[in-house]
Amino acid sequence: MTERIPELEYLKMTALQKFGYNFVWFFTDIPNKFKRFFTAVIPALFLRLWYTLKGWFSVISNAAKYGDWKTRMSFVVMGFSHLARKQIMRGLIYLVFEVLFVLYMVFFGAGQLAMFGTLGTHERGSYIDPVTGIEKYTAGDNSLLILIYSILTLFIIVAFVYLWYYNLKTGYAAQEIEEARKKLPTARDDIASLADEQYHKTLLSVPLLGLTIFTIFPIIFMIFVAFTNYDVNHNPPTTLFTWIGWDNFAKLFGGGAVGAANNFGKVFLDILIWTVIWAFFATFSNYILGMIVALIINKKGIRLKKLWRTILILTIAVPQFISLLLMSQMLSDTGFVNTMLQEWGITSGPIPFLSDGTVAKVTIIVVNMWVGIPYTMLMCTGILMNIPEDLYESAKIDGAGPVKAYMKITLPYVLHVTTPYLITQFIGNLNNFNVIFLLTGGAPLLSEGAAGGAGQTDLLITWLYKMIMNEKLYGVASVISIMMFIITAAISLVVYNRSKAVKNEEDFM
Amino acid sequence: MAKKLRSKKGAERLSNAIIYVILVIISFIWLVPFAYMLMQSFRGEIGLATSSFFPRKWTFDNYIKLFTETKPFNFLKWYGTTLIIAVVVTVIQTVIVLVTSYALSRLRFKMRKPLMNLMLVLGMFPGFMSMTALYFLLKLMNLTQDFGIVGLIFVYVGSSCMGYYVCKGFFDTIPRSLDEAARIDGASRRMVFFKIILPLAKPIIIYTVLTSFLAPWGEYMFASLITLGNQNNWNVAVGLKEMLQRETAAEYFTRFCAAAVIVSIVPTGLFFMLQRYYVEGVTGGSVKG
Repeated sequence: MTERIPELEYLKMTALQKFGYNFVWFFTDIPNKFKRFFTAVIPALFLRLWYTLKGWFSVISNAAKYGDWKTRMSFVVMGFSHLARKQIMRGLIYLVFEVLFVLYMVFFGAGQLAMFGTLGTHERGSYIDPVTGIEKYTAGDNSLLILIYSILTLFIIVAFVYLWYYNLKTGYAAQEIEEARKKLPTARDDIASLADEQYHKTLLSVPLLGLTIFTIFPIIFMIFVAFTNYDVNHNPPTTLFTWIGWDNFAKLFGGGAVGAANNFGKVFLDILIWTVIWAFFATFSNYILGMIVALIINKKGIRLKKLWRTILILTIAVPQFISLLLMSQMLSDTGFVNTMLQEWGITSGPIPFLSDGTVAKVTIIVVNMWVGIPYTMLMCTGILMNIPEDLYESAKIDGAGPVKAYMKITLPYVLHVTTPYLITQFIGNLNNFNVIFLLTGGAPLLSEGAAGGAGQTDLLITWLYKMIMNEKLYGVASVISIMMFIITAAISLVVYNRSKAVKNEEDFM
Repeated sequence: MAKKLRSKKGAERLSNAIIYVILVIISFIWLVPFAYMLMQSFRGEIGLATSSFFPRKWTFDNYIKLFTETKPFNFLKWYGTTLIIAVVVTVIQTVIVLVTSYALSRLRFKMRKPLMNLMLVLGMFPGFMSMTALYFLLKLMNLTQDFGIVGLIFVYVGSSCMGYYVCKGFFDTIPRSLDEAARIDGASRRMVFFKIILPLAKPIIIYTVLTSFLAPWGEYMFASLITLGNQNNWNVAVGLKEMLQRETAAEYFTRFCAAAVIVSIVPTGLFFMLQRYYVEGVTGGSVKG
């Protein structure tokens, strides 16, 4: 299937066929999606970047060409144009930032950046203090701190360049206002505009600062770490780590330096396959069964609807880690279920619900249904109530039975509305840490000496957790993080682009 | 005709009966683990499991010991820690989400679309990926171990603006004509936010409060890392998991059940009280994607 079937044939299909077709199409189209991504999306992104930069340069060159001496002074002394035009507050803010930046660079930033290329050269030494007999350390370089501070400095430089550009832009704008003999905004006007025209700046400054520090910065840090040999043997402050290029990637995809226990490639593939299988089953089992449960509870003539719902919702209300830990104990070899089964004589020995790889995989998916079905049920209940009643009435008049009404009205409606939910669920399950970690902890071991302590039920994310917490393989772990990002991003970008909810945002206004 | 009607009614009755049977089975499956947990929390015999659902020896000891014993497990401390984190996170996160959603829903500025795309892309990085970096960053600021609570709050709150989808979806449905009318009367965008949008946003505020309050109760990944090796700053998730380590599982299982019952009370009660808003948020969110 390399091309979609003609629109006319597509329209003739029933809702279920359409869904099935789209489903198959989604996976067969993946290579094309990648092609489109690299030939259309990425170039468009660069084009836009190019235009933005061009815009910046035109602002800067305008300020240089047509600016008066006050504006031109702003190239060196930031905020000068404002200060000279008696916009003291604006001018001072620019100036203060410039002074701070210069001080930071001179006394700290430049030194860190200078060591960025090597990530430190002096290892920490140790000696026995002759007087006290205690082991002491000589100061050495700390690669980790150098890396963190260098990235921080890069961030600050980028922010400063933007501020410098902005200073020219507003400085030149002030000149233009003055030339047009209009009144320049005073400090009071500026503050008032922060509550009105510029209100988004007031609102978004704190959230975006948080985003930069706690999301963007760590991601960039991880990308850098992927190119270093940061692990337990190169662990600051005792030892240094340094750049090793693509070696970590090579480790993962076979080839490269073959070490003693270098089975990363195979383990990665094993875990990736199980992760995808898990996400698939976890998502669709919950979705389909949850919808069925919602339907039967919602069926006309069923009493005590509220009671049934409340019972199911209990698993949402009780914190998930409690349910999962409880389950892990109940299903363990000496747990409640096995004890009872043996007591009643149904089995002679314990069933290895969580201790045998294959059985554990099934158990995990089943337990996940127990945890997840109520969510889908809850959501579908809301959606089912939204379906206009007269649709069913008219279907009844036309002689459609309940099955037909379900296939023609309910299913298409629910499928249409919940597609974005399905996708987010799928991606969420790819990274579902809690269910796996709290149930089995990834056990049992994949094989003796498996890379990173990988277990048979480990997902990529729990494997990653083990690698970082126990094995301290930061470099390889970063590479895996990047791989995970590429996988999730590829899936979600494609889907989000198609989902109408994003496109038709303005329809609701 | 009458016969046909009756047979139809009969079929209906049969199908309903089958459904009731299914529902009873489902309820049983869903309730048994929790009932078991409750029963075990009153169990006097030690051990991971006994061969009976109900305790043979009833006791309150498990609960009493939770509050009186501080070694090796200091449950009261964990509970307090979790509660503090949950409350602080709720306040900050709710404000951030509301503010971000208003800006992205109502204000028009050049960076709006790029910003939304950026957050979409950032959301695809596994949250875990940033874990080591965050850990070292917080360590630099001395916010791990002893000050782990502060560090954890920062981590939970740090990127909360990325959870704006549901709230923005709600704001999008408030008619724009309302703010336009106010703007014509001379209200600033700040006043529109406080005087018009917020009073109408009660359901979504409650939804945001509820979800941000519930999340920290079950967070294990970051909590275990940031408070690594410092028992005092564990949250309940880390603490209870620790109780069930292989060596202590048999001895502490009944106490774990007691702790689980106590931990569940606040989140579960709150959830059932505010269920309506939760459902609205979930369905609204899914419909809008």
